[in-house]
This record gives sequence, C-alpha cells and structure tokens, in this order.
Amino acid sequence: MKTVYEKPHSLTDNKTIYCPGCNHGFVHRLVAEAIDSLDLREKTVAVAPVGCAVLLYDYFNFDVVEAPHGRAPALATGIKRVRPDLNVFTYQGDGDLASIGMAEIIHAANRGENIVVVFVNNANYGMTGGQMAPTTLPGQKTTTTPFGRDTKHDGFPFRMAELIGSLPAVAYSARVKATSPKHVLAAGKAIKKGFQNQIDEKGFSFIEVLSTCPTNWGMDPVKALKWVDDAMESYYPLGTFKDIDGGK
Amino acid sequence: MSEKVLIKGNEAIAEAAVRAGVKGYFGYPITPQNEVTAYMSKRMPELGRAFVQAESEIAAINMVYGAASTGELAMTTSSSPGIALMQEGISYMCGAEVPAVIVNISRGGPGLGNIGPSQSDYNQSTRGGGNGDYFLIVYAPSNLQEAVDITYKAFEMSQKYRNPVLILGDGAIGQMAETVILPEFKEYSSKDHWWELNGCKGRDSRSVKSLRLAEGTLKTHCLHLKEKFEMVKKNEVEYELTGNDYDILVVAFGTSARVAKSSIKEAKKNGIRVELFRPILIWPYPYIQLAEAAKKAKKILVVEMNNGQMLFDVIYAVKDESRVEFLGKPGGEVVDPDEIYEKIISIRG
Amino acid sequence: MPKVLINTDRCKGCGICITVCPKKILRFSGKFNSYGYNYVECIDENLCILCKSCALMCPDVIFTLKKDE
Repeated sequence: MKTVYEKPHSLTDNKTIYCPGCNHGFVHRLVAEAIDSLDLREKTVAVAPVGCAVLLYDYFNFDVVEAPHGRAPALATGIKRVRPDLNVFTYQGDGDLASIGMAEIIHAANRGENIVVVFVNNANYGMTGGQMAPTTLPGQKTTTTPFGRDTKHDGFPFRMAELIGSLPAVAYSARVKATSPKHVLAAGKAIKKGFQNQIDEKGFSFIEVLSTCPTNWGMDPVKALKWVDDAMESYYPLGTFKDIDGGK
Repeated sequence: MSEKVLIKGNEAIAEAAVRAGVKGYFGYPITPQNEVTAYMSKRMPELGRAFVQAESEIAAINMVYGAASTGELAMTTSSSPGIALMQEGISYMCGAEVPAVIVNISRGGPGLGNIGPSQSDYNQSTRGGGNGDYFLIVYAPSNLQEAVDITYKAFEMSQKYRNPVLILGDGAIGQMAETVILPEFKEYSSKDHWWELNGCKGRDSRSVKSLRLAEGTLKTHCLHLKEKFEMVKKNEVEYELTGNDYDILVVAFGTSARVAKSSIKEAKKNGIRVELFRPILIWPYPYIQLAEAAKKAKKILVVEMNNGQMLFDVIYAVKDESRVEFLGKPGGEVVDPDEIYEKIISIRG
Repeated sequence: MPKVLINTDRCKGCGICITVCPKKILRFSGKFNSYGYNYVECIDENLCILCKSCALMCPDVIFTLKKDE
C-alpha cells in the first residue's frame, strides 16, 4: 500500500501534554514536516521556550536546548554564530516572546540572525492558567483581566508579525492560522519557507501562528478555531509583512 | 608560541581567552571591563570566530548558554551590576551543566555604585548567585600574569566539570598595565562528550535542560550536582602562603592581597613576624589549608575591599573568632598599604 | 482502496477531524482510551477520498492514510 499521510519522522511517538484541540500540536507537526522535507533533522538544534511548549525535547526527534523565559532568540544567536552549519530555530509563545523576551526577539530580528522563529500566539499565558498576554485582545477576559482587557489600563496587544516585518534586516515575516485544512497547508508552506531561507542564508524568518487555547478560553476545540477566525483574525490580519524575495 | 608583552589587564584576559581557543564571545558595555569587549570585537572576527555585542547582559549570558550548549568554548565578561543581571542564565547553565567562562571585572556596589575597584561581589560569586542549589568554580587573580594564566586554564576547568567558571577580578586588575607572558595558541577540537547539541546525525536526539518535573528527578539531579561539587572541592585547591614563620597571618584575595604584600614587606622590615595566606580559588575555598596555616598564628587579619564577606569563610575555617581581626574598605576604593600596615601594628599585641 | 489508520491511544477526543471530514465518516467511538478520552473512529473507510483533511487538522497526529497502489 502507498502511504498518503503519516506522522513526520521529526516527531517522537510521545503523547503530548497539550489539552485536547490545542494548536501546539498542529504547529509541532508543521515544523517537523518542514524539517523532514528539507532533510534538516540531523543538523537541527531547536530552542524551547518557557510555557506549555517547554517540553519540546519530548516531542521533537532532534536536539533541543531549553531557554530561560523569553531568552530563546539569544540562545539561538549563540548557537548559530558558533555553528553556522546547524539548522537553528526557536519555538515561542506570546508571553515568552512578546513580553519577557521582547528585547531578545527584537534584537535578534534586528541583527538579521540567520534563524527561524516560530511564534505561537494564543492570546494568553496558557501554562500558568490563562493570564493576560501581550497579545490578549481588547475586551478579552483572562484571569488577570476579569472584566476584559481595558486598553486604557493595559494598552493594546502587539502585532508582532508587523513589528518584526518592519525591521530592515528581516528576511521574512508572516502571520498564518491553522483553522482549516487550506490554512494549515498555507501555514506549513510559510514555516517551510522560513527554513529554506535559513539554508539560503537569507537571514531572520518569523512565522506567527494564530492558535487556540481551548481550555483557558473556556471553549470547546471546534468553537475555539471559530474564535480565531472571527475575533483574533480581525485584530491580527493574516499576511506576509516582509519577504525579501518579494513574495516569490 | 608564548610571548612577553606590556598589556592592559582587560586586553590580557581577552587575548588569553583567544589563545585558549574561545569560539564565541558575547558582551555588553559596562565600565570597567569595556576593553575586553572592544578587543574581542576586532580579534574574534580576525580569527573567524564569533563576536556579538548583545542587547543586554541577560542576552549576552544566554548567547553564551546557546553557544556553549553545542560544545564550543564560549565566554562573556561584565562588571558587577551586569553580572547580577546574568544570574538567570548562570543558574540555568549550572542546572543544565553547560560549561563556560564568565569574567567579572567588579566595581563598587550595591546598585549602580561606582566604577572603582571593589571586592563586594565575593558573596554573590561564591554562593551561586542565582536561584537554586549550585556553585560556580571561582578564581580570584591578584596580578595580570595570574589573570592570564587563570583565563587560559578556566575553559578546561569548566569543561572538566561541565560547570561555569567565574573569574573575579576588579577594576584595578582590568585597568592596570603590566608585562605578561602570553601563552601559546591552543587548538580546541570540540569532540563529542555525549551531551553536546551538534545535530543528531547517527545518534539519538539530545536535550540540554534544567527543568526536571517528574517526581524525584530534580532531587536525583541535585544530588548528582552535590557529588560533582564535592569532587571539585576534593580536587581543586589553589592558594598561596608566603612563608612559614609568623605570628600574624594576613588573609586576603585579589587586589587586596596584592596591596597586603607590600604592607607585609614593610612590617617584616620592622621585625614583625607576618605572612600572607591568599586563596586563588575562592570557591572551592581552601578551608583545610587555612585552618592548618592559622594554627600557629596569634592573630589572623582579614583584609577585603568590602564590609566583610570572605571574613565568614575565614571564621568558618579558623573556628576561633577571638583571633580574627578585620580590615575592610568598601565603596569601590583600593585599600591603602599604610592602612594595612597600621592595622598589623595595632593588633600585634 | 483507502485505508484510514487511527492511533486511538494518541487521540484526545477534540473532535476537530469530525467537523472537517467532507464525507462525514468520522465520529466519536463512545469508547475510551487509556488516557480516558473518547476517541474517534472511521465508520466506513471505503468512502474515504484521501483528502487528508483529518490528518491536516489533527493536533495529535493520530492519522495514517494509505491506499492501494
């Protein structure tokens, strides 16, 4: 029989700790597929964040170093600078990347580090139980915004893909989502492009994936996907905000 | 080939690291260590090695963590407030057992303090410094030649124990110029020791991490670290005892020890029987050797450029507080030879 | 003939695949795996058109899809 679809080799057989419907699973798979298809597994070093994805090394079948909260881009910089032959990427959530790690991500991007950053934006701190994140939507209720995010009090959420895309040294910055098969394919393509950029030494590639957190949002997994389409996407438009290839 | 040169302390330390084979240097500007970063910004690219001026000390230490997790030699240098910011990364590296070399050209504190030479980071250096149960291996050089030699061997030491090594200098060490013999270039081959992250070709994938959530795993790891640190204590002792005939034993490290040497010389001219005990490794501390040396001293004078930090290690070693005297000079100022001389006179009894 | 292999022990019963299957051949099995999740099953793999929608939308990578050469 011919295999039409199977688990990518870059994923281990371990069952993840993620809640049912959590989009980390999608994103792990897309990263693994991109790495498999470019034959990069044996020279990959991934940098894990602090947050739900901290156990990345249990799920990816390649080398992983675990960073302090927010510092993944600094570790990736160190790795890539002393070993340019390795394929290096960070995998980060919104609290990790856009709050405590804002300096590290902006500066790694601004230096044009030849790495890939996969940014999972689910609009809250998942692992600690659903607090306000730098990407929590205006009006969105979290455990620390019980009346909804008040922009007069907490400011506005960061649009990271646009922010990163505005920096001259960045090769590629895009925002994707994974709410339908068509969009999953597009997200996979964007992630693969990031790794291809690294192979081609084009510089910093940033892929933001709008993702669900069904548990902390208090929604079932299917409704949560719908919330990404309806609520999140209206604040975070999909698109490519920087592409030095001009979208080719 | 080794060579003799007149060189500033910060640059001597940088060149020694280069000759030891450092592959990645990551730094951030702070006085009084800026010459290291400036020197490396030229020297490292010249040799095809990595130099990055980081956005902060936090980023710098985490770049070191990343670079060193591949098994390559990596280092950073900073000064007191910067080293305070680095404690996060240092703690993670100790937890993950990633070797690296960190140099603290320390200055006066607390807080922003001043830029004068100070020894007020002794506690921070020798008690871990960050969160959790760990130690750094800590050297305190007293002159430039020693700073060069220590920097040169610190990389090997950190690799041997898979633990960061801290070199605690101060503004005086960093800023003075002396003639030193620079060691020869070492070729470092990053051969695999079964923990490095260098791509999983032909082997299972690996992880470098400090998180240990499963029940009992952190305890097991911390007991392993304890065993490692006990081994370091057993194997690694470095100190200097200047003579065997004394009533007064001065105990000092780094710059204050250097100053004390001239005071002791003066006192000896005046017939006072006094010698110096100088720990070179301040973690692990030479407790046993100091206890032995202190036996025949009527008085033990601890001299530090702070309000009394190593003092507690001396008391712990000597176990007789009544014989221990203290001369402290806080606030980022070098202790004066006359002050030490007068203190020696005042306690000789 | 298509073959839909489901790693039921990895399934967390999120139900996303059920909503995206154009042939409506996936459903909750009513049985529970060792982790306590009501896992999905394929009621008629002969109807499967191998569009991969289930596999693309599964966060837990439980699907393997095959076909006769």
